[in-house]
Amino acid sequence: MARVLGTSIKRREDPALITGRGKYTDDLKAEGMAHAAIVRSPYAHARIRGIDTSGAEALPGVLAVLTARDVAAAGIPGVVPVGWLLPDLKTPAHPMIAADTVRHVGDAVAVVVAADRYLARDAAERVAVDYEPLDAVADVVAALEDDAPAVHEEAPGNVAFDWEIGERESVDAAFASAAHTVELDLRNNRLIPHAIEPRAVLASYDSSTGEMTIHMTSQNPHVHRLLMTLASLGMPEHKVRIVAPEVGGGFGSKIHHYADEAIVGLCSMKLDRPVKWTATRTETNLTDAHGRDHSTRCALALDADGRITGLRVDTAAAMGAYLSTFAPAVPTYLYGTLMSGQYDIPAIHCHVTGVFTHTTPVDAYRGAGRPEATYVVERLMHLAGEATGLGPVEVRRRNFVSPDAFPYQTQVALAYDSGNYGPAMDRALEMIGYDDLRSQQASRRDNGGKQIGIGFSSYIEACGLAPSAVVGSLGAQAGQWESADVRVHPTASVTVYTGSSSHGQGHETTFSQIVADRLGIEPEAVEVIHGDTDLVQFGMGTYGSRSAAVGGSAIARSVDKIIEKGKKIAAHLLEASADDLEYEDGNFRVAGSPDRSLGLGDVALQAYLAHNYPDDLEPGLSATSFYDPANFTYPFGTHVCVVEVDTETGSIELLRYAAVDDVGNVINPMIVDGQLHGGLAQGIGQALWENAVYDDSGQLVSGSLMDYAVPKIHNLIPFELDRTTTPCPHNPLGVKGVGEAGAIASPAAVVNAVVDALSPFGISHIDMPLTPEKVWRAVNS
Amino acid sequence: MYPAQFDYRRAGSVDEALSLLQENEDAKLMAGGHSLIPMMKLRLAQPPVVIDIGRLDELKGISEAGGSVRVGSLTTHADIAASDVLAAHCPVLAEAAGHIGDAQVRNRGTIGGNIAHADPGSDIPPVLVLLGASVHLQSPSGTRSVAAGDFFQDLLMTDVGEDEILTHVDAPALGAGTGAAYLKFEHPASGYAVVGAAAAVTVQGGRCTGAGLVVGGVSATPTTVDVSSLVGTDLSDDAIAAAASGLDAEDPIGDIFASGDYRVHVGKVYGKRALAAARDRA
Repeated sequence: MARVLGTSIKRREDPALITGRGKYTDDLKAEGMAHAAIVRSPYAHARIRGIDTSGAEALPGVLAVLTARDVAAAGIPGVVPVGWLLPDLKTPAHPMIAADTVRHVGDAVAVVVAADRYLARDAAERVAVDYEPLDAVADVVAALEDDAPAVHEEAPGNVAFDWEIGERESVDAAFASAAHTVELDLRNNRLIPHAIEPRAVLASYDSSTGEMTIHMTSQNPHVHRLLMTLASLGMPEHKVRIVAPEVGGGFGSKIHHYADEAIVGLCSMKLDRPVKWTATRTETNLTDAHGRDHSTRCALALDADGRITGLRVDTAAAMGAYLSTFAPAVPTYLYGTLMSGQYDIPAIHCHVTGVFTHTTPVDAYRGAGRPEATYVVERLMHLAGEATGLGPVEVRRRNFVSPDAFPYQTQVALAYDSGNYGPAMDRALEMIGYDDLRSQQASRRDNGGKQIGIGFSSYIEACGLAPSAVVGSLGAQAGQWESADVRVHPTASVTVYTGSSSHGQGHETTFSQIVADRLGIEPEAVEVIHGDTDLVQFGMGTYGSRSAAVGGSAIARSVDKIIEKGKKIAAHLLEASADDLEYEDGNFRVAGSPDRSLGLGDVALQAYLAHNYPDDLEPGLSATSFYDPANFTYPFGTHVCVVEVDTETGSIELLRYAAVDDVGNVINPMIVDGQLHGGLAQGIGQALWENAVYDDSGQLVSGSLMDYAVPKIHNLIPFELDRTTTPCPHNPLGVKGVGEAGAIASPAAVVNAVVDALSPFGISHIDMPLTPEKVWRAVNS
Repeated sequence: MYPAQFDYRRAGSVDEALSLLQENEDAKLMAGGHSLIPMMKLRLAQPPVVIDIGRLDELKGISEAGGSVRVGSLTTHADIAASDVLAAHCPVLAEAAGHIGDAQVRNRGTIGGNIAHADPGSDIPPVLVLLGASVHLQSPSGTRSVAAGDFFQDLLMTDVGEDEILTHVDAPALGAGTGAAYLKFEHPASGYAVVGAAAAVTVQGGRCTGAGLVVGGVSATPTTVDVSSLVGTDLSDDAIAAAASGLDAEDPIGDIFASGDYRVHVGKVYGKRALAAARDRA
C-alpha cells in the first residue's frame, strides 16, 4: 500500500469538533453536581485581616464556603508546588488558598460552592474580606530595586534564583578585542496565553470508595495527578483518576498545576459530591500562567570580517508572585542554552535573574524561553548587519554553523545533532524576491510616504523535551521521556495508548499515520487513546513540541517490538527461523521464499489463539515502550517578514511573510502547516499587538479582550511556507517538532522588518508590541 | 461572566414596551443585546428587568422619501451595510456600519442600540452628526426628535429619557456633487474606533460649496471640526490638511493603546484622509 507518512490525510478529530459534538470539560455533567466560584484578591499585595463568610452562607442554595482555615483543617499539604528546580532556587510556599497574604490580583482567598453557577457567583460577591493593602511591585526591573516591596520574605531582593551559563571571562576578552560591537536593551513583553477554552475542572469524589475522578483541561494528566495528590490534596495517587476530555488549546497554560483545580478537588472531598468550576475569561487572564516578561541587556562582539566573537546576555526574568510548575526552567534551560542560535559563536555568557513580582505567575507559553532567546540573538544579528555593513543576509551567512560541523557543540551546553542553515535562507530569499524588494524599498525611501522594511529571523530551537541526561546535567530533577503501549487486536486493528495528551494538535491523526506506515496497515485501523490516567500507563504530556519526536518515537519503538514479536510467531507458524523473517507491507515473509508468508491478520489472530505455542513464546501481540530521547531535536529555519509602515500614524501593515522551516521528516504536511500558521499568528501577535500591562499598583489593566489584542484573522495575511528536510539523526522517525517554531521565529522577523523600514529615521529598536503610537513617537523623536 | 439575576420581559409592541418601562424602575431596553449583555456579564450593569424589544418589526427597516433616509432603530448593522437604499442615497452610513465589530456582531447589533449606548469608539455617531441626522424618540406623552449633535451628551450618556424609546433616525440624503467617507483606525483588541473620521464635501463647478468633518474616538462625544475654510477652494491636499488640522479636543480620551495626544494626532491624519476620500467621491 501507499505510504501514509508524509501525506496530508484529514484530521479524524475534526468531524466531532466542527459539528459541536466534542465534549469539553464544561460540557460534562454529573449527578448531584454543584458549582464553585472562587473569591479572588482585588489587590496585588495585601494582608488578610479577616474573612466574613456569613453573608454568602446565608444565601439559600449555598453548600459551602471554604477558606485557608478549611485547607488547614483538612490536614492536607495544601500547596501548589514548583516542578523543576534550579540550584539555590528560593521556593516560598504557594498555598492553595491564601491564608495571611495575597500576592497578586486574582490570588484565591475563598471558594463558594452552590447549587448553580449563578448562585455561586452571587454568593462569592457576599464573601467579605478585610484587606490591609500593602505596597506592590509589578515590574520586573522595579522589583530588583533596593526599596522594592518584598513579595516573599524568603526571597531577599525578590530574587528567586541567580543562574548563569557559559564563560564570562572569554566573552569579556572577545569584547575587549572586537572590531565591531552592538548592544541592545530590550523588553520581551508579557503575554497571556488565551486558549479559546478556559480552564475547567469537574472533580467527583466518592467517600464510599475513597476515589476521585477529575475531568480537567490538562496537557499532561499524569503530571497533574502527581502534583495534585502529592502536594495539594494528599490523596493516594492510585485513588485519583485524571481525565482530559477534549481540550480547547493550551499553548502551555494547561501544563501547569494551579491552585484552582486543587481547590475544586478539595470542595468535592468536603461535600462528597461532584463540583465543577469553569474559569471566566477574566479569571483566565488573571490566573493562567503568563508568558515571557523579560528585561534584557545584550551585546554582540564581531571581528573585522563580521564573524561573531562573543555574545553577552543579562536578563531579569519575571516569575510572578509564585513559582509555577515549570517556571524556573523556562528562562534558564530553555533560554540560556539557545543563545548560540544558528551561529558558530566561540564565547557566550548568559546570566539570568529570576524575579518575584506581585503579578500572575509566569511559566511556559508557546516556545517557552526559545522565542525570548531567538529575539535576543536575531535582534542583535540585525544590528550586526548594520554595524558591519554586511547587511542582514551576509552577516548571518558568514556566521552559520557550517553543514560539515555537525554534531556541533555550542558554548551553552547543547550539542546540535544536525543542521544545514544556508539552504533555508536561500529558499526564503528566493520566495520573497529579495533583490526586487530592496529596490522597491529604495524607491520608497526616495519618494517618502509609507516605508517598507524587510526583516529576517534565522532561528534554532531545541524541542522534543527532554533528554534526561542533558537536562539532568543542568540541574533539573526530572527527565521527560514518553510512553506508548501499542496493542494489536486479534483482527489486526490496533489501539495505541500514548502519554502525549492532545489538546488540538491532531495526535489521533498523526499517531495513527506513524503506526499505519510502520505496520503497513490503513490509518483507519488504528485507534489512539490519550488523556486518561486510568487508561494510559504513564505519560509526561504534550508541550515543548515533544509529541512527535518523543511520543511518536515511543510509538515507533513499540511497533518495532511488535514486529519482532510477530516474526517469532510467524516463524513458529511457518516453521522457519525468526532470523530469516522479513516484515513488509503488512506481511511476514521468509527471506528468499516469497510464497512462504503470513499477513499481519493471520499472525495477530494466532497471537491470541496461541493454542500450540512452544514454551519460549508468549501469547499476545502488544508492546510498551518508555522512550527517553538521546538529545533534543533542533528544528531551524529562516523567516522573512515584509512590512509597510505608515510613518504619519505609525501603523504597520504586514505585506509578506515567508517561512522556510526544517522540522525534519514530516508526518502530515497539512497539520505541520497548521501548526506553523498558529505559531506565526501568536508570534506576530506578540510583536505587534499582545501585551499584558500592569499598572504601578499591580492591577492588570489589559485583563480583558477589550484591551488585550489577540490576533484576529483580518489582522493577518496568507503565509508563504516552504520546507527543507534535514532528518533528526537520533530518533526512529527522523522528526523534530513544529508546534512552537512559528512563535519562536516570528517576533524577531517582524521587529527587524519594522526597524529596517525606519532606519532612515535613525531608529534601531522599538520594544514590542510595536503599537502605532510607539512607532509614531519613535519616528518623531 | 455570569450576570446578576434579572427578570426578562419581551415587548410585543412599542406601546407595550413603553408601559413596561413605566412599570419597572431601572429597567433596561434590549435590542440586539450587543452592548447591554456584555455590561451585564461583567456586572457593570445590573438591571432588575430587561425589556426585549428585539422583535418589534415596526422599528425595523430602511426607506427614503423626500430627500431623506429613515432607518428604524432595530435595523441591524448588517442590513444597513448592505442596504441598496443607503447605497443610493447615503452610502457613508452603510460604509460606517460595515466597520462595526465582526459579521456576528453586525448581524445582531442595531443602530438604535448602538447610538443609545453611545460608546465613544462607536462608528455610527460621528456619521450621524456629520449628516445632521435627527434621532426620534417616543414616550407615553408623545414623540420628539433631537439633532444628532445634541443627542450625544457625554461618555455613554445620551438624551434618551428614562421613559423613552428610540424609534428611528432620519438623515438627509446626499445630493449630487456631494461625496462622503468614513475612515476608521481600529483598536486591535476591541475593534472599536480609536479614531473614526466622517467627512463630506460638496463640489460644484470645481469649487467646494460645503464641507464637514466629524471625528469619533477622540473625545467622549463626536468632535466636529470647523472645515469651513475649504468652501470656495478647489480642495487641494494642502487646503484639506490645513482644515483637518483644526481638530481640537480639550480632554481627549486615552488608554493603554493610544494616548489622548496621539488620538488627536491620528484624528487630524484620518480627518485629512477622509476629506480627501470624500473629495474623490464627490
